Amino acid sequence: MSTRTTSPESTSTPAVKQNKTRAIAIGEARPQWWLYVTLGLGLIVVVTPFLWMVLSSLKPEAEIRQSPPTWWPQTLTLENFTELFTRLDFPQFFTNSAVVAVFVTLGNLVFCSMLGYAFAKIDFWGRDWLFRIVLATMMIPGVVMLVPLFVLVSKMGLVNTYAGLILPFLAGPFGVFLMRQFIGALPDELIDAGRIDGAGEFRIFARIILPLCKPALATLGILTFLGSWNNFLWPLVVASSEDKYTLPVALALYSVGQNENQYGLMLAGAVVVVVPVLIVFLILQKHIIQGIATSGIK
Amino acid sequence: MSTTILPKSPAPAQQPARGATPAIRRSTPLRRRRSLAAWGFAAPFVLLFLVFTAWPVISSLLMSVTDIKSRDLRDPFNVNFVGIDNFSAVLSDPLFWQAARNTGYFVVVGVPLVMFVSLMIAMALNTGITRLSGFFRVGYFMPVVTSIVAVAVVWRFLLKEDNGIINLALGWFGIDGPNWLGDPNWSMPAMIMMAVWRSMGTLIVIFLAGLQGVPASLHEAAALDGANAAQRLRLITVPIMRPTLLFGAVLTGIGYLQFFEEPFVMTNGGPLNSTLSVSFYIYRQFGFGNYGIASAMSYLLFFAIVLLTLLQFRLLSERDPRPRKKARKASTTTAPEGSTR
Repeated sequence: MSTRTTSPESTSTPAVKQNKTRAIAIGEARPQWWLYVTLGLGLIVVVTPFLWMVLSSLKPEAEIRQSPPTWWPQTLTLENFTELFTRLDFPQFFTNSAVVAVFVTLGNLVFCSMLGYAFAKIDFWGRDWLFRIVLATMMIPGVVMLVPLFVLVSKMGLVNTYAGLILPFLAGPFGVFLMRQFIGALPDELIDAGRIDGAGEFRIFARIILPLCKPALATLGILTFLGSWNNFLWPLVVASSEDKYTLPVALALYSVGQNENQYGLMLAGAVVVVVPVLIVFLILQKHIIQGIATSGIK
Repeated sequence: MSTTILPKSPAPAQQPARGATPAIRRSTPLRRRRSLAAWGFAAPFVLLFLVFTAWPVISSLLMSVTDIKSRDLRDPFNVNFVGIDNFSAVLSDPLFWQAARNTGYFVVVGVPLVMFVSLMIAMALNTGITRLSGFFRVGYFMPVVTSIVAVAVVWRFLLKEDNGIINLALGWFGIDGPNWLGDPNWSMPAMIMMAVWRSMGTLIVIFLAGLQGVPASLHEAAALDGANAAQRLRLITVPIMRPTLLFGAVLTGIGYLQFFEEPFVMTNGGPLNSTLSVSFYIYRQFGFGNYGIASAMSYLLFFAIVLLTLLQFRLLSERDPRPRKKARKASTTTAPEGSTR
């Protein structure tokens, strides 16, 4: 429901009319029910893995292994979840994921909006080449930095610490790009007015610009949080003991490790990783989809 | 002597000429103060960026020409310069080529497939399903926000030979589904299937935004002239959508070239290394402590990403080669006049 894509929805009556006239003009008087059916079937295919995951996490171990598979649980049980939260330390992993994601998100919100403001509204020495370098790094694959980053972090003594998990992701190029685009569209007069009133650059940024950036900050915040929550390779390398595992790391290592054959546990783990994110997404989908759409348009 | 003076003398003469207009408008001390403030804003980001991005990227390149191993972390003087030995070792490693072929397979089949599926869905959503389009978009986008690790765990079950629901569904149509993750011929298609499922939401949203820029009047005119749906797609939608398609292709291509979580969770690179990706192989080399080799491999992957991106720009940006060459020539002829050098 981004501003662009919903415009036909907000003016739904004319759009519908237009479509009808178009259908007649094109000679496609064919009813659109088959489109609904195709899209609906596609949607079922897309959603099925999630439904199956949730339903099967409520089945006892034997039923998960049963062939042919069942769809609805024959016996409902929460034992997978109780075991996940008691025998395995999932509350700890959940906390770790949350702590890392919160700090990474805060860092990106602050640092990226600061640099985004400078890029968008101040004509300063070195702006263009700095912007080009920051943008160029968006293309560099994460594995290129993996080895030296690990060497660096281990020299700093930060292996298996929150700092080691957080610092490398505290300021990313995507946020700078997003904030620069958004702030660039704000009128210069606001800043000029602030300057005339004698406000310093930082005051202008904090008091005038930031409050206007709420939509962009919301988008950036959600996308960064999700990215951090789902991040895998770096936490896998840096978190060397269980007390610092994030959820994806714990889930991946358990699913290929000694609990490989405990299907119920793995599915319950997947539910714990996925379902909170899906709920957050369904609540905030407007911001997320808008962010993707706007960064796609340019 | 004269040669050293010559290139210098025009520079100061042209410098003020170029910056003349801005210099009149703002006074130098003000500009300097602004620059200082701007760098103040940039400082925290730049500091983090230098330490955690720029330095690793450079240092990775340096490591790729040394024999550094994990045990050398304690004893840095043990590291020797080995030139391009790592690169030649990697390029003569059959397992690396296997990983490169697998990754290429994933990209060459996966990217066009997900682009096609997403474009079809986006177009369907764009043709008048006004009321439900938001609902469908949210639904198709759901997999994008989920963790690949968690999703891969779930798909491992869905893809099971005897009691996976994918083979169950295939059975309804009389198809005896394969042992997806246990058969070297089917493991990669299974992963591509999952990747398409997971990443089409992003592309649908991007393509939908792009489709808003295709005027309905063009389609109407073409339809009146007797163009069918396929022709209209090829001659109207795709040309207008080209920048959007390019963006989608580049984004997906960069992501797919780095696929890692899927084989890590689902197959551990097997069976018979049929799903060993380059990223996964780099991770393994890193795990073995072969830092120099891992760095060299990661730079080869980086190189592949740059190549793929350039290729996509060639294929998907402006179709007509001739006008573009002309434009490029024009820009090169004007460039020396415009710039000081």
